[in-house]
Amino acid sequence: MKKLLMAAAAMSAAFPAAAQTVAVTNARLVIGDGSAPVEGGTVVVRDGRVVAAGAGVAVPAGVPVVDAGGHWVTPGLFAGFTRMGIVEVDGVSETDDSAAANSPFNAALDVSPAVNPKTSAITLNRAEGITRAVVAPEARGSIFAGQGAIIDLGTDMDPVSKPRAFQFMVYGEEGGRRAGGSRPAAIAMLKNILFEVRDYARAPASFADRGKDALLTRADAQALVPVVTGQVPLLVHVERASDILVVLDLKREVPALKLVLVGANEGWTVARQIAAAKVPVIASALADLPESFEQLAATQSNIGRMQAAGVLVGIGMINDNEARQARLVKQYAGNLVALTKVPGASGLDWGQAFATISSKPAEAMGLGGDYGSLRPGRRGDVVVWDGDPLEIGTAAVRVFIDGVEQPIETRQDQLRKRYFDPKEGALPKAYER
Amino acid sequence: MRATLFVPNVAAIARRIDRAASDREKQALIRIIIGTAAAATLAACSATAGGKPQSASSEAPAKKGPGKNKGYDHNPYPSTYKPYPGVPTLLTNVTILDGEGGKIERGAVLFRDGKIVEVGQSIAAPEGATVIDGAGKYVTPGVIDVHSHLGDYPSPGVQAHSDGNEATGPVTAEVWAEHSVWPQDPGFSRALANGGVTTLQILPGSANLFGGRSVTLKNVYARTMQGMKFPGAPYGLKMACGENPKRVYGGKGRMPSTRMGNIAVDRQTWARAQDYKKRWDRYEEQGGEAPSRDMAMDTLRGVLAGEIIVHNHCYRADEMAIVLDMAKEFGYKVGTFHHAVEAYKIADLLKANGTCAAVWADWWGFKMESYDAVSENLAILEREGACGMIHSDDANGIQRLNQEIAKVRAAAKRAGFVIPEEIAWKWAAITPAKALGIDNVTGSLKAGKMADVVLWNGNPFSVYTRPEKVWVDGALLFDMHNPKLRPVSDFELGQPGSGDVK
Repeated sequence: MKKLLMAAAAMSAAFPAAAQTVAVTNARLVIGDGSAPVEGGTVVVRDGRVVAAGAGVAVPAGVPVVDAGGHWVTPGLFAGFTRMGIVEVDGVSETDDSAAANSPFNAALDVSPAVNPKTSAITLNRAEGITRAVVAPEARGSIFAGQGAIIDLGTDMDPVSKPRAFQFMVYGEEGGRRAGGSRPAAIAMLKNILFEVRDYARAPASFADRGKDALLTRADAQALVPVVTGQVPLLVHVERASDILVVLDLKREVPALKLVLVGANEGWTVARQIAAAKVPVIASALADLPESFEQLAATQSNIGRMQAAGVLVGIGMINDNEARQARLVKQYAGNLVALTKVPGASGLDWGQAFATISSKPAEAMGLGGDYGSLRPGRRGDVVVWDGDPLEIGTAAVRVFIDGVEQPIETRQDQLRKRYFDPKEGALPKAYER
Repeated sequence: MRATLFVPNVAAIARRIDRAASDREKQALIRIIIGTAAAATLAACSATAGGKPQSASSEAPAKKGPGKNKGYDHNPYPSTYKPYPGVPTLLTNVTILDGEGGKIERGAVLFRDGKIVEVGQSIAAPEGATVIDGAGKYVTPGVIDVHSHLGDYPSPGVQAHSDGNEATGPVTAEVWAEHSVWPQDPGFSRALANGGVTTLQILPGSANLFGGRSVTLKNVYARTMQGMKFPGAPYGLKMACGENPKRVYGGKGRMPSTRMGNIAVDRQTWARAQDYKKRWDRYEEQGGEAPSRDMAMDTLRGVLAGEIIVHNHCYRADEMAIVLDMAKEFGYKVGTFHHAVEAYKIADLLKANGTCAAVWADWWGFKMESYDAVSENLAILEREGACGMIHSDDANGIQRLNQEIAKVRAAAKRAGFVIPEEIAWKWAAITPAKALGIDNVTGSLKAGKMADVVLWNGNPFSVYTRPEKVWVDGALLFDMHNPKLRPVSDFELGQPGSGDVK
């Protein structure tokens, strides 16, 4: 471990931007596709993309080598649902760009300009091995929250991997609230909006924009066109079984819709229907309480049961410290493995559990070709760990994004160093750094 | 008014006084008694705790008051909890973390009649005992969470159940969390089955400077709150400093709206409490007209008298330092700071004051006052010899406190400070038990203590481990292999997912 850190220090004096070429060898290698780790693995990243990964892969001449010393090496983790980068301190509204209660716009709101790569949450979660994240807005004046982005957690000033990557919508109790007080109101709002979007798509120039008095401004309609044509996915927050069925039914009205369910705490009770509809799910992982009447059937076995029924499931953290604690997905995935030893529970084996925080959420977003695994062609996001990444207490020791090694010191590290010995020295603590 | 009691039949008089309808009648009866010998007997009559009996041979002038702490009932909602039946049980070949810093590899634990009988390397199985081979497993005391709102903010989290913050005024020391506890909260069963939690403190929330009394519960479902109440546990007082009170009341245009406002209201309230205490102490000793009852001041008087333990929600180091000085100013002790995100910055101060900190492993950044959280917080306290423990403040977190202390241990190791398993387990065992004033009866696997025991299906510091069996007072109340030993609260009966493994 110390050897790794010294090697890291030697190699990473500067952190050049753009894509890099690097090979990580001598690894307990995890591809992230659901398979179990293999010993003696190598990953080769060229110009920021994985060229090859597996046991016995040859390192091309001239490629700098990082010897993982037998340690676990995995793809960088893909956080399936967050608000990272657009919130600094949740309780300080000026730093919270996730929601706009008084904006005339809703679906048009685009988080990508608001993503700040210097957010402390990005630094902290990068240091814990998260390399990409889904970043979603929050709904306020409408069931449509706006356009989310895929970001990387790199230190450079170019955090957005894919702007306007999806539209986020809320249904269920929250949808009812945003639409004026009931689920029927949310459905009426939705149907009306879909009608207006099709109107706009047919003749954009003659769309009657009523500005801020409208449910849908021109900008909002424009943002929703790619949703109804299936060019960008529609992520829908929904929990209750009957609500899930209503959302699945939207595909009858808009066949091109690329639906993704978010949350889905009662998903296991209608898993067959979700699988039949071929709709992926970005699920909350360990919700097991009837916290609302929308999730009376919540159980930690939710993901395991949906997976067993053939649903594509990844882990996301909706309404769960989503601005700051993406790192917890590792603990959540590990807990899903623990369930395999609990009679009556449905868990996941290690490889499957790891996939829920890597390839599966990327695939749910339609981006499995680029992110979430070390299959050839994917972005070169690689993490070297000091132990089993799903076990409590394992740390990421080296983090690469697009093949570029990343700094992983956080302000928490600096605070710890200052106060590990709390005794007063010859100067105040403020001078210690 | 009877005039016939000149040769006191003390016991009969005591009974009459207890049944006396009014304070005046009580005082009148007491005046009849001549001599301090009778007064000594009176001290034993009342239902209240504490109070030293008067010396029979004292030459002091006759005490006419009801006696120390006898002015009103200090325990009007007593626990009716009774341990459930168990069988003599011997765990063998199991790794023991005794909760006080002891570890035995491949050891044995015997409990019977609700109590731990023996903990050692090898124990002969008594006849008829259930013997459980714990090979590859760990046994620990039941997990204790000092900060929970189960029952007061239960699931489902609807407005009708939102009973944790009496946020209609910043000083509500008169409310008692137990009067809000809904014993049918499904959260209790999750804490038991997934978290191995056997004892928990339910506190009012932190909207108020003085939130009210807390209550310690056995994690055993009952029809009534009293049926869950931990027998003999002292009361706590919840206080809060920092952002929450000033945001809640500042938002209503009233005091406090600043941190200085927080402390000003605190100090004025303590000053009133001192005055109240003086008046009641004098009345209880000397008699006369009883002062008016003030439920809020009753609680604060209890703190000043050392009966009620202060649990103070406070994040920032500088604010904790102010609270410690305020405690000295008014002559009370801060038992435990809760959340104490910056405790690591003042570990020396906490140690010097004998004040504990109940913290998270890794919550951070949701408010300005939690911005400087570090994962090594609890480890630094341990290293500096200060008192620290884990807590959840969360119906989900309470299900994984073993994993949370594992996080701290790992962070400490990376920072160069190795904390053995048996030391770290104190954070979920004897230390919270002490903070709740119940360490004489639980919080560790020691002979004579309550058999609050968890058998884990592996190493509890691992994410892959879960509770296999949980006993409270020696009764097996959760068994992962027995669906009948998995409680389902009334609310969940007949609901989607009823009876499911959660």
